[in-house]
Amino acid sequence: LDYQHVQVPFEITLWIMLASLAKIGFHLYNKLPSVVPESCLLIFVGLIMGGIIYGLNDRSPPVMDSDIFFLYLLPPIVLDAGYFMPSRPFFENIGTILLYAVVGTIWNVFGIGFSLYGICQVKAFQLQDVSLLHNLLFGSLIAAVDPVAVLAVFEEIHVNEKLHILVFGESLLNDAVTVVLYKLFRSFCEMPTIKSVDVFAGVGKFFVVGLGGVLVGLSFGFTAAFTTRFTKDIRVIEPLFVFLYSYLSYLTAEMFHLSGIVAIISCAMGMKRYVEANISLKSHTTVKYFMKMWSSVSDTLIFIFLGVSTIGENHEWNWPYICFTVIFCLIWRALGVLVLTFFVNRFHVNTITSKDQFIIAYGGLRGAICFSLVFLLPDFHRKKLFIAATTVVILFTVFIQGMTIRPLVDLLAVKRKRESAPTVGEQIHIRFLDHLLAGIEDISGHWGQYYWKDKLENFNSKYLQKILLREYDQPKSSIVLLYEKLERKHAIELAQAGQLGHGPAHPSFLCPAFLCSSSDRTVITDQKLEDTLNPDALDNMQEILARNLYRIRRTGPAYNRHTLPGDSEPTEQAKEILILRHKSL
Amino acid sequence: SVSHSQITRLYSRFTSLDKGENGTLSREDFQRIPELAINPLGDRIINAFFPEGEDQVNFRGFMRTLAHFRPIEDNEKNKDQNGPEPLNSRSNKLHFAFRLYDLDKDDKISRDELLQVLRMMVGVNISDEQLGSIADRTIQEADQDGDSAISFAEFVKVLEKVDVEQKMSIRFLH
Repeated sequence: LDYQHVQVPFEITLWIMLASLAKIGFHLYNKLPSVVPESCLLIFVGLIMGGIIYGLNDRSPPVMDSDIFFLYLLPPIVLDAGYFMPSRPFFENIGTILLYAVVGTIWNVFGIGFSLYGICQVKAFQLQDVSLLHNLLFGSLIAAVDPVAVLAVFEEIHVNEKLHILVFGESLLNDAVTVVLYKLFRSFCEMPTIKSVDVFAGVGKFFVVGLGGVLVGLSFGFTAAFTTRFTKDIRVIEPLFVFLYSYLSYLTAEMFHLSGIVAIISCAMGMKRYVEANISLKSHTTVKYFMKMWSSVSDTLIFIFLGVSTIGENHEWNWPYICFTVIFCLIWRALGVLVLTFFVNRFHVNTITSKDQFIIAYGGLRGAICFSLVFLLPDFHRKKLFIAATTVVILFTVFIQGMTIRPLVDLLAVKRKRESAPTVGEQIHIRFLDHLLAGIEDISGHWGQYYWKDKLENFNSKYLQKILLREYDQPKSSIVLLYEKLERKHAIELAQAGQLGHGPAHPSFLCPAFLCSSSDRTVITDQKLEDTLNPDALDNMQEILARNLYRIRRTGPAYNRHTLPGDSEPTEQAKEILILRHKSL
Repeated sequence: SVSHSQITRLYSRFTSLDKGENGTLSREDFQRIPELAINPLGDRIINAFFPEGEDQVNFRGFMRTLAHFRPIEDNEKNKDQNGPEPLNSRSNKLHFAFRLYDLDKDDKISRDELLQVLRMMVGVNISDEQLGSIADRTIQEADQDGDSAISFAEFVKVLEKVDVEQKMSIRFLH
């Protein structure tokens, strides 16, 4: 038996296998996932495993190595989150998200740190040797909301898009703040004296970390897009580039002590639209599936490890400290959300309702990031206390908050996410309303939310698309893609019903029986039937449509109505509209 | 209602548009706004400001039209159940949009009216047939009473999942 030879890969594979089997197990019993979130069940399995190992070996089971977590387990999850992040709602709410992520986290850190320090002053608890700095350090690692845990829970409760994006975006972006504060306080711990210069350096560092991460991510993202421009002949390894570049951006950012999470998110968001236009459909599907698969495996492993690491002799159970930690986490988060939302609502059309606020505050779950950070702490005599407190907070938030959030959401009847995709009519009307609002805003003299989006679109079409896309053609607009999809579906249905190519055109070509209510429809001729069913003609039509459906008004450089500058796409559109209008007058 | 500062702001905008300085706006005044000239729906939006058959709009009318685009506040929702519906209610917002489609004011968006709007929103290189197919599809999706036209109720139904309150509200008027 040559176990030594295969031990490491064998055990890793066994762990992953165990995790996946556990997942199958939960879903076999249908009711379970709706009551208990998957993350809880996984931790539970981990607890059992840990207990078994402890019982068998009579020593602490393997603790999740921070390096393994940060280098191998976390990136796939964050990449998945960043890639599938719906960019429009994200950027529409970016101000609020950043506010919650940055200001909210800082608020939480200092709040928790100071209040715990206050608790430590109480003589009865025997905690007086825990200094303010230690408390702040602890605060910095416990305050961060964890994207893994949040994702796991929010996926199951299907809240509306805006709320989802707020909590989700916040949990992803507060990593930058957490990392800086954590490193800052840790370095302060090792310094004999702290000058105010150091504090300012810390603040500056925060901006560097965040912005640097974005820059690194974007540069890797655009490089990836550029690379895929040339992959036409080697389709098979196209998906690989997506993953390689993303992972590289993460590692590079970490190497420079920048925020790896922010880097990988910006990389994914930056490269997405160009890569998707360049790579083949099959590669695209492969990318999506692999991303989901890897993030799922990581996710499962993290929670199981969390459970396993809980058992053992790593903890010092000072119950007053631990209880107060939990209480303060809840209180400060609730307060933070309340205060910040108050400010946000003053500047925004869409107010964040109190129900939403509750969900945001309550959905602030802590997870594996806190856990890894606490193990990374330098060894000092109170480390085990912190480990114990972190474990309890994580277990509390994931179990209690995770399990009760769904009934509470139902109770508060939060606006749930719409399940179905928009119809062609909806799309057209939405575009109509967009144009209408843009017009009204122009009349009332105020730039609406489209200003920056249009600027970005302008920049994109002028420069980026030319460099990064293989064939410089317009990406299909969503209306066109939708229409195409629906038409193809009809074509398939008709073919299956045996009507394709047989006899005269069926009057209900465009409306299958279940949608039609009367037979009084425009009869489509044979020719049109052929045309619209023929995929090439369909493609052609959609391409033309895509190129021609007008975008919302652009606010490029100011121009005179009678002299249109240059020959760019927005001015072509403008010219056409003006000609049309003059014709109709 | 609208606050004092909002009224002041709108009035200064009104006067800056009123080149003739006679206290009313004409269509030419609106057409002078460059962004509106390249808005596909520009003409229709301008028309919406002018009451039936008139060529001038005063400040009151100007504000009244813009009032449709005030955001709906939570505390307003339950306030006045018995009074007239405020201009910026979801139903009135949608009615405003509906009237932009429905030129002949027969309370229905016919295929032709839809085609006209589509033609405005789409470039010149698309054939009438292709546009016709899209229009047919749109009507077919919305039409419930089988009259090959979209009534206001059907229009509302199509947009029931859309956050109209947000899509038809300007931050400025908050």
